[in-house]
Formats: sequence, C-alpha cells, structure tokens
Amino acid sequence: MIVLNGREMDGRDGCTVCQLLADLGVEPQARGVAVAVDGEVIPRADWDRHTVPAGAHVEALTAMQGG
Amino acid sequence: MTDTLTIAGRELPSRLILGTGGFPRLETLSDAIRASGTSMVTVALRRIETARRGSLVGVLDDCGVELLPNTAGCFTARDAITTAHLAREAFETDWVKVEVIGDERTLLPDGAELLTACEQLVADGFVVLPYTTDDPVLARRLEEVGCAAVMPLGSPIGSGMGIRNPYNLALIVEQAGVPVVLDAGVGTASDAALAMEIGCDAVLCASAISRAEDPVTMARAIRAGVEGGRLARLAGRIPRRLHAEASTPFEGLPDLGVSS
Repeated sequence: MIVLNGREMDGRDGCTVCQLLADLGVEPQARGVAVAVDGEVIPRADWDRHTVPAGAHVEALTAMQGG
Repeated sequence: MTDTLTIAGRELPSRLILGTGGFPRLETLSDAIRASGTSMVTVALRRIETARRGSLVGVLDDCGVELLPNTAGCFTARDAITTAHLAREAFETDWVKVEVIGDERTLLPDGAELLTACEQLVADGFVVLPYTTDDPVLARRLEEVGCAAVMPLGSPIGSGMGIRNPYNLALIVEQAGVPVVLDAGVGTASDAALAMEIGCDAVLCASAISRAEDPVTMARAIRAGVEGGRLARLAGRIPRRLHAEASTPFEGLPDLGVSS
C-alpha cells in the first residue's frame, strides 16, 4: 500500500511516478506539476523510472491560485 | 523617462505584481491580469484533485505573464524549502516568493524560520523574494543572506488595512540595497499609491483586487495608484508646513477697500 495525496491506495506498490500521475489523470509532460516521495522532490526527468516502494507517501502537486 | 523595475537582473515592465488568490473565476483573473498591466503573478502548489481540472497555468501562459511560485501555507523553514524545490520542478523557474507563517490568526511571518529558509534557498540557487514583517532589522538580515528583494507587509494578508506603520516601511526603503515590494495589506488604490510614495519599488496585491466587487476595475485602479505613487515619488513632494504658504503672490494686489 502507498499513500497518494493523503489517500491510501492498494496495488500500486512499485509503480513509477508516471503511473501514479496517470491514476490522477495527469499527463507526464503536464506543466505546473511536481512530485515528492517521502518529502523528497523527484525531478521530472526521473518520473518514468522512479518507482514508489510500499509504505511511501507521495505528494503530487499542481498550480493553484494563491498569494 | 526610463523607469524600469529590475529584480535580480530581470526587468519587469510593471511595478504591480498580482497575486492570483481569491478570484472567483479564471476568466475574471485573466481580465484582471490584463487590466492591471502586470508582468508577473504568484501561484501556489496544492494537491492534484482529479475532480478539479482547471487550466490555471494555461490561462496564465495565455496572458503572457511570468510565474512567481509561493510557499503559502508553510509554517516551517523545512516545508518552505521543500515547497520551493517542488515549485522549481513544476514551473521551471528559480524565482520563489518565500512565505513562512508563524500564526494562523494573523498569518504574520515567522521571522526566524523565514531567515533560515531564505538563506538555504539562496544557497540552492533560487531568486528569493521573502514575504516579511515591516521590521527593518529583519529586512536587513534577509538582504544580507542574499535575498533578491524584500517584501514587507503593510498589514496582515487579506486584511485590507493598508500600511499600518509607514515609518517602518520608510526605514526599510531607506536602508535597502535591493528592491522593496509592499506585499499584503493593500485595500484600495490609495494604499498602493502611498506605498510607492514612501519609496517602495513595487506592490504585490491579491485580495484587494480579487475580492473587490468589480475586480477588473479595481485592477485598473490599483495600477493607476501604483503608477501615480511612483511618479509622485520621482517628482519629489513638497515639504509639509504647519501654516499656509500662499501660492498666489501678494505683490500687485489692488486696493479695493475703503477702510481707513
């Protein structure tokens, strides 16, 4: 199990960041998207090969109005 | 007369930076951006929600403005640093408005955490624009650690209370070797004008425009306030006097009375 944006998800252990973004309906080349795994920023260039281990907390973020 | 704002070597055609928070609709945001004449707008980072498929970045790109990501919502230096790195990844910019909040009720900055975050982010190669209190000493410390500008508040975020301590703001302006951007507190056009008359180099404004009854017209008003205040600063105002000084000469005054 992993935790994606605060939601527990089964069956996604070992997925790449790209696959998780696809779960959220996000294209890998989308501008204004950033991802952290257990508080570590994952560079865009690594999204297609960086796998997310069981128990990981993933934050997938995008632009929001603010400030 | 050329009078361009330059921050970290980049020329900004407008002295008004627009915060994108609080606009009810993206169309209104887009219209307000154009009306404001701004060339730079702030954006925040939040979790992707599958239900919400807005195209904020697309709208902002269509407006042709630069993005200034912020670290809004961070309460620690650590969170602000991580958020800045995420923003760099998301928006492909080294520029960041660093916001580290120390109190939920007033949303006032936490000076100690802010300074720590800024020092690290400068070391990480960011162009750091800190949202800070109107404390001249903290502003100086932020400049000393390498911030590209300082952005003191006039009053708390979204309060519309204007500039509560113009004296402190004047001290910050007087000592600063980097641009000073009034950030937070503007309620209407005269607040923006006052900031510029005091000598700020720019104004960052969100709620005063986005939550106005007519945001697009208020964007025009605050733009005019910024431009008017800047011109007044450059023009050099007259000194204040206790008593009147006639603007019409007394010489040549006719004798129309029959007294004495």
